[in-house]
Amino acid sequence: MTGNFDRPLTERMHPDGSVVSLRAYELAGGYQAIRKVLRTGMTPMAVIEEVTEANLRGRGGAGFQTGVKWSFVPRGKDVPNPTYLVVNGDEMEPGTFKDRFLMEQDPHQLIEGAMVAAFAIEADIAYIFLRGEYTLAYERLAHAIAEVYERHYLGKNIFGSGYSLELYLHVSGGRYICGDETGLLNALEGKRANPRSKPPFPPSVGLFGKPTVVNNVETICCVPHIINRGATWFQGLGRTKDGGTKLFGVSGKVKHPGLWELPMGTTVREILEEHAGGMRDGVKFRGLLPGGASTDFIVEEHLDLAMDFASLGKAGSRMGTGIMIVLDDHTCPVGMTSNLTQFFARESCGFCTPCWSGLGWADRILKAMEEGRGKPGDLDKLEFQTKMWAPGHTFCALAPGAAEPVQSALKYFREDFERHIREHSCPWS
Amino acid sequence: MAIVYVDNKPCEMNPEENLLHGCLSLGFKLPYFCWHPALGSVGACRQCAVKQFRDENDGHGKIVMSCMTPAAGGTRISIADPEVVAFRAGIIEGLMLNHPHDCPVCDEGGECHLQDMTVMTGHDYRRYEFEKRTFRNQNLGPLVNHEMNRCIQCYRCVRYYRDYAGGNDLNAFALRDRVFFGRAEDGVLENEFSGNLVEICPTGVFTDKTLKQHYARKWDQQFAPSVCVHCALGCNTDAGERYGTLRRIVNRYNHEVNGYFLCDRGRFGYEFVNDERRFRQPLLKGQSASAASARSYLDEKIAHGRVIGIGSPRASLEANFSLRTLVGPDHFYSGMADHEVKLIRLMIETLRRGPMRTPTLREIEESDAVFILGEDLTNVAPRMALSVRQSVRQQPMEAVKKLKIPLWLDFGVRDAMQDAKGPLYIATPHGTRLDDVATTTFHAAPDDLARLGFAVAHALDSSAPAVPHADDWPLANEIARALKGAKRPLVICGASCASEAVIQAAANVAMAAHAALSFTAPECNSVGAALMGGNPLSAAFQAVRDGYADTVIILENDLYRRAPHHEADSVLRAAPHVIVLDHLPNPTNEKAELLLPAGTFAESDGTFISSEGRAQRFFQVCPPENEVLASWRWLKPDHWQNLDDVLQAMAEALPQLAAIRDAAPSSKFRIAGAKIPRSPHRESGRTAALVHINISEPKTPEDPDSALSFSMEGTSDQPPAALIPFFWSPSWNSIQAVNTYQQEVGGPLRGGDAGLRLFEPSPENGQAYFSAIPAAFQPRESEWLLVPMYHIFGSDELSLQAPAIRELAVMPHVAINSDEFAEGMEVDVTLADGTFRFPVRVHREMPAGVAAVSVGSSPLVTVQLPGWGKIARAK
Repeated sequence: MTGNFDRPLTERMHPDGSVVSLRAYELAGGYQAIRKVLRTGMTPMAVIEEVTEANLRGRGGAGFQTGVKWSFVPRGKDVPNPTYLVVNGDEMEPGTFKDRFLMEQDPHQLIEGAMVAAFAIEADIAYIFLRGEYTLAYERLAHAIAEVYERHYLGKNIFGSGYSLELYLHVSGGRYICGDETGLLNALEGKRANPRSKPPFPPSVGLFGKPTVVNNVETICCVPHIINRGATWFQGLGRTKDGGTKLFGVSGKVKHPGLWELPMGTTVREILEEHAGGMRDGVKFRGLLPGGASTDFIVEEHLDLAMDFASLGKAGSRMGTGIMIVLDDHTCPVGMTSNLTQFFARESCGFCTPCWSGLGWADRILKAMEEGRGKPGDLDKLEFQTKMWAPGHTFCALAPGAAEPVQSALKYFREDFERHIREHSCPWS
Repeated sequence: MAIVYVDNKPCEMNPEENLLHGCLSLGFKLPYFCWHPALGSVGACRQCAVKQFRDENDGHGKIVMSCMTPAAGGTRISIADPEVVAFRAGIIEGLMLNHPHDCPVCDEGGECHLQDMTVMTGHDYRRYEFEKRTFRNQNLGPLVNHEMNRCIQCYRCVRYYRDYAGGNDLNAFALRDRVFFGRAEDGVLENEFSGNLVEICPTGVFTDKTLKQHYARKWDQQFAPSVCVHCALGCNTDAGERYGTLRRIVNRYNHEVNGYFLCDRGRFGYEFVNDERRFRQPLLKGQSASAASARSYLDEKIAHGRVIGIGSPRASLEANFSLRTLVGPDHFYSGMADHEVKLIRLMIETLRRGPMRTPTLREIEESDAVFILGEDLTNVAPRMALSVRQSVRQQPMEAVKKLKIPLWLDFGVRDAMQDAKGPLYIATPHGTRLDDVATTTFHAAPDDLARLGFAVAHALDSSAPAVPHADDWPLANEIARALKGAKRPLVICGASCASEAVIQAAANVAMAAHAALSFTAPECNSVGAALMGGNPLSAAFQAVRDGYADTVIILENDLYRRAPHHEADSVLRAAPHVIVLDHLPNPTNEKAELLLPAGTFAESDGTFISSEGRAQRFFQVCPPENEVLASWRWLKPDHWQNLDDVLQAMAEALPQLAAIRDAAPSSKFRIAGAKIPRSPHRESGRTAALVHINISEPKTPEDPDSALSFSMEGTSDQPPAALIPFFWSPSWNSIQAVNTYQQEVGGPLRGGDAGLRLFEPSPENGQAYFSAIPAAFQPRESEWLLVPMYHIFGSDELSLQAPAIRELAVMPHVAINSDEFAEGMEVDVTLADGTFRFPVRVHREMPAGVAAVSVGSSPLVTVQLPGWGKIARAK
């Protein structure tokens, strides 16, 4: 990691990937944010104001204002209780591994963040909903939670403040659809992970029907630092108007695939060329998915755009999780699109027609095309399907996300698709 | 009402509802699948998409699901917008990817919502070129057929079965385009309302397995409006016939009674009509006889004999009245055991005096606190159990309303409500299928149930008599609080405990709580028969034994179900001449000298009075054949020409029944001079149906008794509710066509729902509290109090003759809570009348000293119960 800027999320981490212990975390100023909140008599509203001012936007991909989300939680005597905080650690966006990194290497950062967030929304119970395959994260989080309970940082009357919080670690069966917070809530309730009707939104009707906030792991990890060092500092970390740092990653045929904490608003080119070291020798860049499988391809002309919540819109894409997948000239774009579509088709919860039906169909068309069985008219069918998957046409955001790589691949790599059909084979195979 | 602009045309819609509801109510042809008026909106299928515009200047608009969008005033939508038309076409194309091309061999064909919607949307060419997904189908038992390859994943089945009907053995498995709707393994669907899947499923995944045994297309059947004969609730049905065989029963929507749903006994019990043992000819001394010789024998007995008549609670009022007229009121005897008559009269009198109102099933569904005293509803009045299951949602719904979640937004409501349930208290001798939604259950002997009721009444109103030694009964206080705190409290009781005290206690609670009061009754016309009156059955037996009567005419009744075996035996042996009118062999008509083939509900017209006090008419669907006649036709005097004459004579003779004439339009009713066709307009080959017998088209049978014709000719207008033989309208070939018959979708039928309520006491009325409080139940050392136990499949006489129901019938047994007897052990139950052998089922919830015994399919009859008996391990 290079550059001279704060890296609050990763600065304590060891190069060998071993866990930041409770002792190390505390020596580095850990659990001071929750102490500050509980001991100096900060009100929940004050915490929310700080986070709002810091302009912390959801790191799960949607970029919703975290402070604003928290402020939707109803308060007062008549509010149904308990209130829940749920941390979404069911990271399943293809190519994305930032939350795993945070949970495996610095579990206490997440726990402290969850405590502050829970206090802000006056939650009584918090869950960390963890992807089942993340076994190391599970071990380390479970250990860390036990340590913290032992110290009475969790449980009743934390730091003598009168505030109590129970934190549970839930290991998920694992479906991509749990990335939809309401699908996650259904799964946590032991039901099919189908997304719910929105409205009602989780802050009013959430887990077990009670007020609930669901936040991404990385989002929560930012919270203690905002409390410790202030909103202005956090806001100042970003290069553009979105505050903070962000974990950016690159996979694909680059010299140094990896994950880096960088200022929000770092350009795509800088991440790709400086941090990932550019393309491997003999391999040419063709495009990339900027933030996971459910974002539109961008190409060479877009590389100077900033990675933040607004800028990539200019290229018809979005930052998503901020973890890029690079397509090179040795890799078949149809094959890649087919692979992604296969994933989305498989992960469709089966609830709404355009998604379960259309994704399966598109998957078969793409697979056939890749195998040389494509037919004239297939591209029209695919294009039609991507329209069927538009936001609002489907029940949740899964199919709209699935549409993004397909529609952008058709835009930028159309000739490759046509060649597959024309030549009855994949030119890359 | 709100003004919503549909393609720029201002339309009035109910702002409490969604746009799909509004559009359908106005007759717009907007296709849909996952939405159902009884289930609400979930937004799964995306078929009902419309384009919504911000205002009149918005030229772009956005696609929204009409089922998920409130019909708020000022909303502007387009159904015809080309983009949304293309979107809907894309949805139906997506739904049809895997759907097999098996319409010609699919039982749903011709009345398939998926076919209708496909045509409505205009999808006609399959672009999908890949293999279709296939499933292994399951054997779900004798009622419902499973063909999963046809599934379009609309989720209606599981939403109905699990969320609405409370079943848990049907589920959605797996994901993506392979969601499987079925059971974890093959096996009989456990829920007693599984047959509604046949109508809930928009295509042929779930179809009627009994229909499959003798299949005919909807357009090849002729239908008649009917009323279910398998319990006293009077659910409205349409019966379908072809070639003289009754093919099936479908739901006939009645907003106030059964709504969209029937129980499985009601839907599948019909096959007794087709039983090959049915009497088709008169039998005189065991030999087939002509109708003329049967009649002359009957006339001779009437003219010269000392004749008495025994009526029936499962025969129509018209049949009972004709018998009463034939033998004379003095010689007409009730077809029910004395004690049962007493109980039913007590119920009727209580409801007549008021002020408690007898609720419709819809009102039961909307009750917000329910107290069930002594009734196992699922097994006695099944459809009512389904209504009560909905009632527990009423109170939590208030909290949902505060969250401003529209009540039609089904998942939103359920997410908010979670497992919250409103008050439902069930006090019965043994556990019931509704216990899973009960606030508290209380299992006790009938006397203790009555005492609980009296104590609740006293807790509600101190002027109601107090229960000695039960001053501060926490459960009674809790129930009282729940009823008092409710806006629409309800008490449910009935004759199942055979206890007047239980009925009186329920009446006291309803009075004290200003609650509605619903009674169940044992049979389809128990209330009608009780209203008609008659001498006690015991007096009929006495008259025979005394030799006063030499001829007994028994109307559609098996005396072995009314009296202990030896008593029925002795009476039938003592009677010199026994004349029986009935459908199927039973121990009574085995002893008949003359047996007259009586039409079932499918071959007769007549009127039943339901336990709600609703008079409802049923109409013949099978054309007259052989010598089978409605019982009243066998018995009526010559000068009564048709049903109208019977009703007129009954009105004159029995003023308490005069109103039932208006339960349905008379035989003279016409629409624009035309009768109402029993056959759908598209009946194919009707004119050639009998060509193998006679080349020329036979004359269609006349129907002198009703405004219905045995034909496809007649009015195409919507008939009055009581005369709707089938639901069918342009573009809507499936039963979902009912939408077009309603004032607004899910609401009353246009012109009002069928039936005529007889008990409408003024709310000003009052009656004194009952005060005969029984002493607390004392268990005995060496004896058990035996109480009756009913089974949805097994206790009803006629449905037990239907093969599918017989297959599911519960083996008669004794339910008991004792360490002495193990599950499955054979025991001898000894009463005053003899010893009966039963297997044991251990019911841990039952009170000490009380055992429940199956009735209806066992040699024990209700009149013997409750009674004390000994139970010993069989040797």
